[in-house]
Amino acid sequence: MSTHTLSVLVEDKPGVLARIAGLFSRRGFNIDSLAVGPTEHEDVSRMTIVVSVESFPLEQVTKQLNKLVEVIKIVELEPSQSVSRELLMVKVRADATTRGQVLECVQLFRAKVVDVAPDAVTIQAVGNADKLADFLRVLEPFGVRELVQSGMVAIGRGSRSISERTMRPVPTPAPPPRAV
Amino acid sequence: MSQAEPITGAQSLIRSLEHAGVETIFGIPGGAILPAYDPLMDSSAIRHILVRHEQGAGHAAQGYAAATGRVGVCMATSGPGATNLVTPLADAHMDSVPMVAVTGQVGAAMIGTDAFQEADIRGITMPITKHNFLVTDPAEIPQKIAEAFHIASTGRPGPVLVDVAKSALTAQTRFRWPTELHLPGYRPVTKPHAKQIREATRLILEARRPVLYVGGGTIRARAHRELAELAALTGIPVVTTLMARGAFPDSNPQHLGMPGMHGTVAAVAGLQRSDLIISLGARFDDRVTGNLDSFAPNAKVIHADIDPAEIGKNRHADVPIVGDCREVISDLLVALRTAQDAGETGDYEAWVEFLAGTKKKYPLGYDAPADGSLAPQYVIERLGAIAGPDAIYSSGVGQHQMWAAQFIDYEKPNTWINSGGLGTMGYSVPAAMGAKVGCPDTTVWSIDGDGCFQMTNQELATCAIEGIPIKVAVINNQSLGMVRQWQTLFYNERYSNTDLQRQSPRVQPGTPVRVPDFEKLAEAYGCVGLSCDTPGEVDATIAKAMEVDDVPVVVDFRVHRDAMVWPMVAAGTSNDDIKYARDLAPEFEKDDV
Repeated sequence: MSTHTLSVLVEDKPGVLARIAGLFSRRGFNIDSLAVGPTEHEDVSRMTIVVSVESFPLEQVTKQLNKLVEVIKIVELEPSQSVSRELLMVKVRADATTRGQVLECVQLFRAKVVDVAPDAVTIQAVGNADKLADFLRVLEPFGVRELVQSGMVAIGRGSRSISERTMRPVPTPAPPPRAV
Repeated sequence: MSQAEPITGAQSLIRSLEHAGVETIFGIPGGAILPAYDPLMDSSAIRHILVRHEQGAGHAAQGYAAATGRVGVCMATSGPGATNLVTPLADAHMDSVPMVAVTGQVGAAMIGTDAFQEADIRGITMPITKHNFLVTDPAEIPQKIAEAFHIASTGRPGPVLVDVAKSALTAQTRFRWPTELHLPGYRPVTKPHAKQIREATRLILEARRPVLYVGGGTIRARAHRELAELAALTGIPVVTTLMARGAFPDSNPQHLGMPGMHGTVAAVAGLQRSDLIISLGARFDDRVTGNLDSFAPNAKVIHADIDPAEIGKNRHADVPIVGDCREVISDLLVALRTAQDAGETGDYEAWVEFLAGTKKKYPLGYDAPADGSLAPQYVIERLGAIAGPDAIYSSGVGQHQMWAAQFIDYEKPNTWINSGGLGTMGYSVPAAMGAKVGCPDTTVWSIDGDGCFQMTNQELATCAIEGIPIKVAVINNQSLGMVRQWQTLFYNERYSNTDLQRQSPRVQPGTPVRVPDFEKLAEAYGCVGLSCDTPGEVDATIAKAMEVDDVPVVVDFRVHRDAMVWPMVAAGTSNDDIKYARDLAPEFEKDDV
């Protein structure tokens, strides 16, 4: 098993997410994470999909995705050539005796406290998957009461944009000749 | 009427279908689609054929498309009307049939409320259509219809569903046929890459045991003429899959027949022992390859397909070629002719001789039943001989389908119509109806089993009333024959629920055993009903059926029930283990090739 990060540009139309999720489940592909959001083009959404596959079926994954009419472009982002981030929010048990230690961890990982209660703090952290996993391991002894994590988003390094190609329309074909 | 004049969404829909070139729609009205049926009544360009079940509409659209190459169109209402189209859509998706289904949907404001006759048909059909749309804005109707026809008929053809909310049909709008389509994610590649053509040409010239593995894509691409040229130029043996019967003439000596589970020994051996498989619009289906790991172990593969996802899906391709089959073959022809002019040709002599010998040694055949009863293979063989290669043959699924693929000689594309990928019992009669509507001057025979026939024979009423004189040969063995064959071979002859005439002990003894009586059923439907029990009557009965030209004919051929389809590669086993007949494996000398 290996993990691959795919950036998928799709038309921003209703049902696109269902189409893609359906394709993955139907063909037996595993999604590790999926994040969707708008892009610099009004009609285009971008999905960052992390898939676990053997190297052979990755080609099938991208080919099958490409067959979907609303999928415009797929790019596999190599870890060395891209930056990837996830957002995590975690509610950790912290009373007067432990709050200091928890805040120390927060500083250490350059995370941020976004809410405080007498017996808990809610922390927001951003990073790649490894950093967030480490952070959680450090927080675990204090008691994790609730955890929520976004899917991964990723972007290629350098100045090039994956959505550069213009989306030109095609002329409506003439109907077939009528039978005589 | 000026284009800017306000009209209803329903009028816009019908006008859009006219602009898309639609001549025939198979369908049934109902609540949600009702507004569209009103302007449809006034359309002089479109003939609507009122079927008896939406599944019939879907298969008829498929049959129409398969026979004519044009997009088949069916129409149904929301909810159950739409869900009845699910099987034909899945079938068309598997067999790459260009088809557009228009369904009514409940009003936009009601969507998601579990309204009367509401079903999320777009969600339901996502995995079984090439694409689908839900239209709630009447202004979008022309655009979506234009896109649907474009998507259905280009690239790898397939079914597209357009679900139109009733509120969009009743609302006022202005009709404007789009001058351009906005499908940024849809750009099928049809022109093959020159480098891949060069590479393929090199492999073809180097090979010693090549075979042309011809699939249904060759028919969809209308590439039969180019294929004939390629075969003539190279002398390479040809196999045609179930979906490609007719793409290459059966009378051509280079033709080894159909490969696969019930293929000829020569075609199976031709693939299995080749050193180069040239796949043209085929997809290495499990019914062709048998156990994939042991399939054609020494063959390199040139895989040409318009759908890149088919290439390398099941079998590694040494030379992948993405492109339309006709363009691929045309480019190969140019390259091979250039090579030939330079004195380079392939040497396949020993291989061609070996396969010719195999073909001669293991022809398709069957044993006539010892008790003098009717052999189903004989009926089908005679039907093919009498109706000839100009007729269109449409089959259901099962034993009769395999025999129809084996024992009829196909000479032309689009004359063999069947449900290959999905294997839909009940396909035959409505598909034959669609084919006859598309090709009214051609004789259309539905070759059906008695199991299949009872799934969709209500369309005989449509045929009788609409003046669609198809001919139906019911190969009646009083059982679900193919399942019964598997029970004979793999389940110790325990015939669980495959006998269509076995009476329950609850039934009064003395009740007639043939239920239904197909002759009477035909007559009840306004068709001519005939029957035939003995080999001696076969020709005369077929001739009689051929004479009837104004109404549909149903012939009940009461055949021997223990006939089996041979050769056979049992499911999941290797093509090397093909049986020519029960317990009889073909013998190949080690040094044959």
